[in-house]
Amino acid sequence: MASLAPTTPWTAGAKDDYRDCPVTTLKVDMNTERLIIANAVMAVVTLALGGIAALLIALTRWQAIHLLPAVWFYRLLTLHGIDMLIAWIVFFEMAGLHFGSTILLNARHAAPKLAWTGFIMMTVGGLMANAVVLFDPNSNVMFSAYVPMKAHPLFYLSYILFAVGALITVITFFINIVVAKREGRFSGSLPLVVFGLMTAAILATYTLLEGAAAIVPAFFWSLGILKTYDPGIYRNFFWGFGHPAQQVNLAAMVSIWYALAQMTVGIRPVNEKFSRLAFILYLFFINLGSAHHLLVDPGLSFAWKAVNTSYAMYLAVLGSMMHAFSIPAALEIALRAKGYRKGLFGWLRNAPWGEPGFSALVLSMFLFGWIGGVTGVTIGTEQINMLVHNTLRLPGHFHATVVSGTTLAFMGFTYYVIPLIFRKELKLKSWAKWQPYIFGFGMLLTSMGMIVSGLQGVARRNWDITFAGVVPGTVEISLAVFGVGAILAVIGGIMYVTIVLTSILTGPRLEASNLLLLTGTHNPIIDSTKLTDHQMEDKQNQPKGALVLVFAFLVWFAIYYFTNWWLLGRTWFIR
Amino acid sequence: MLAPEKNWWKPMGRMEKSWLTVAFVWCVFLTVMMPLWYFYGKQNVPTETYKTSPADYGAKVNAFVEQYTIGEDTVNGVTLPVVAAPPGSDVYIRASTWQWYPILQLEKGEEYRLHISSLDLQHGFSLQPVNINLQVIPGYDYVATITPTSSGEFTIVCNEYCFVGHHTMVGKVIVTEEK
Repeated sequence: MASLAPTTPWTAGAKDDYRDCPVTTLKVDMNTERLIIANAVMAVVTLALGGIAALLIALTRWQAIHLLPAVWFYRLLTLHGIDMLIAWIVFFEMAGLHFGSTILLNARHAAPKLAWTGFIMMTVGGLMANAVVLFDPNSNVMFSAYVPMKAHPLFYLSYILFAVGALITVITFFINIVVAKREGRFSGSLPLVVFGLMTAAILATYTLLEGAAAIVPAFFWSLGILKTYDPGIYRNFFWGFGHPAQQVNLAAMVSIWYALAQMTVGIRPVNEKFSRLAFILYLFFINLGSAHHLLVDPGLSFAWKAVNTSYAMYLAVLGSMMHAFSIPAALEIALRAKGYRKGLFGWLRNAPWGEPGFSALVLSMFLFGWIGGVTGVTIGTEQINMLVHNTLRLPGHFHATVVSGTTLAFMGFTYYVIPLIFRKELKLKSWAKWQPYIFGFGMLLTSMGMIVSGLQGVARRNWDITFAGVVPGTVEISLAVFGVGAILAVIGGIMYVTIVLTSILTGPRLEASNLLLLTGTHNPIIDSTKLTDHQMEDKQNQPKGALVLVFAFLVWFAIYYFTNWWLLGRTWFIR
Repeated sequence: MLAPEKNWWKPMGRMEKSWLTVAFVWCVFLTVMMPLWYFYGKQNVPTETYKTSPADYGAKVNAFVEQYTIGEDTVNGVTLPVVAAPPGSDVYIRASTWQWYPILQLEKGEEYRLHISSLDLQHGFSLQPVNINLQVIPGYDYVATITPTSSGEFTIVCNEYCFVGHHTMVGKVIVTEEK
C-alpha cells in the first residue's frame, strides 16, 4: 500500500527548504509554497475582474435591463473572455502544477527561478491584456480576435507574453518530476492526480505552441510587417490553441476531482489502470477537437470535419465517460465501506454534503457531465452544428463545462489550499458551506437560459438581438433566466473572493490541524490508505448506485442527442 | 493523490468492463450517425468553396443584382434591391460591415445555389427563424445549395462579432409560395 512518507529522507542542505505538513505528513517545499500563493492570488484577482465584467454583460443581455452601451458591452465581453478563460484558469492550473510536481511527490522545486520568470511574464501579459482592451478603442476584438479584425499590437503581445510564461511554468513541471524521480523522492508510478496533471501539462505544451502559431503572425500582421493573413488559416491555428486549452482545463479538473474525492471522502481509485487509460485517451485524441469551431467554415471537407470533430471516434469522450463512472464508483465504495450500505443510494444520502470540497466536487461533476458534456458532444456533431454555430447555445455549453465544471472544482479546492498552503484559518466557514450550491445553481440557470435562448436563434456576442425582429417572446423569458442565474453566480463568486481574501488577509499564520473544514476531525487521506483490497472487492460495497447513475446519464444523453437530429430534420434542405 | 502500489495493472472489474463496453458502443454509434446523415439526410453542411477576392466577389454580386432586380424593400430603414433569380440558378449574398446585400426572393420548394462571402471582416450568416448558421470568411466564396421548405419573410442576423455595429447587421430573405 502507498506510503505517505518520502522514500528518500530529505537532507538539510542549501537546496532544501521545506516544512512538514502536520495534516498530510507531506513535505512542503517553501519555494513551491510561495509560487502557489502567488499564482493563486493572481487567479483570484483575475477572477474578480472577470466577474465584474460578467455581471455587467449579463445585465446587458437581459433585454429588460439592457444596462451597458454597445461599446462597453463588447469591450467588457472581450475582457471577460480573457480574464476568465485564460487568466483565472491558467493561473490556478499553474499553482496546481507546482503542487503536483513537488508536494505530492515529496520533492523539492528544482527550478524556482524559472518558475518565477514564468509567473512574472504571465502577470505582465495578463494585466497588459486588460489594460489594452480597456483603453484602446480598437482592441474590443473578443477573446478569439478573428483576423482581419485588427487589435493594437500590444494586444497580441500580451497574449504572447502570457503564453510563453505559461509554457515556462509547464516546463518547470516536467523538470520537477524528472529531478524528483532521479533523486528517488518517490518510488514506482506517479500518483493518479499527478498523472492527470501530467496529461494536462503535455496537452498544454502543444496547445501553447499552436497558440504561438496563431498569434505571433497576427502580431507581425498588426505591426504591418506581414501584409496579409488568411482568416481561414488563422481560425484553424487559433482553435488549435483555443480548444485544446479547454482540454487542459478538463484534464486538470478531473485531476482535482480525484484529489477532492480523496480529501473529502477518502477514496481509493477503483482501478488505476481504468482511470489512467482514460487520461491516455485524452492525450491522444482530444487535440482533434479544434475542428469543433470550424464545422460550418468554408473550404473544409465533410471527412475532415467528421473525423476531427469526433476525436477520431469519440475516444476522448470515452475517456470522460470512464471518469464519469470511476469517480462516483470510488466515492460509493469508500462510503459503503464506512457502513452506509442501505439501498442503492444510501451512501449518497450519507455523504458529507456540508463539506465544501465535496459539494463542489459533486456539483462540478454533475453540471459538467449532464449539461456541459452532453451539449458539447451534440453540438460538436458535424451537421447539428449548423443549428448552433455562434448562437447562445455555444456559451451555454462552455459555461457548463469551464465555469460550472472547472471553476467550481477549483473553488472547492481553494478552501483546502488556504489552511494547508497559505497556513491561515479558513474564515466565514458557513459561507464556504453554501457557496458551491449558490454558485452551482446560478451557473445552472445561466447555462440553461443561454441554451434555451440559443435554441430559438439568439446570437452570441450580440448587444441587442431585437434588431433582428424575429425574436419570439419566449426569448425574453430565457434571457431573464440567464440574467437571474448570472446574478446568483456572481453572488457565489463574490462570496468565494470574500472568503479567500478575508482568510488570507486577516488572522495570524496558523498551522493546519485538520484536513476537513466542516464535517469532522478524521483525516480522509489517511482513511483512504486503510481501504483494503478486501473492502474494495466486498460484494456489499460494489458501486451499484454509481452504475445506475451513469446509465441514467446515458439515457439523458441519447434523448438530447436525438432531439437535436429531429430539430435539424425540420429545417430547410441544404447541402 | 498518493503513489499507487507497485503493481497497479490489474484486470478491470465486471462493472467497469460493462460500462466501458456500453460507452464504447455509444461512441461508435455517435460516429456512424454522421456519415449516415451525410448520405441519407437532407440537411448537410455545405462544402463547396471557391477562392475569391473582395473585388471579384463584389463585381459578381453587382452583376447579379443588375440582372435580376424586381423591386425594392427596406431592412432596418435602409432601402435595398429585391432580387429574384429563376429556380436552380446561382444567387448571391454579400456581407460587409454592417449590411447583408441584397434582399433575395426565393420560391418555396425550389433549389438555389446560394453564394456567400464577405468584403471585409468575418461575419456569421444566421438565417432566422429556420436557424441555419454558416461562417462567412473574406476571400472564400461559400456555396450552399438550399431548398426553402417554408415561405414568408426570413431574417439574416450576423452572428460573428464584427465591431460595434455588429448587432445592427440584419438582412432579409423572402420566400414565396410554390407557383
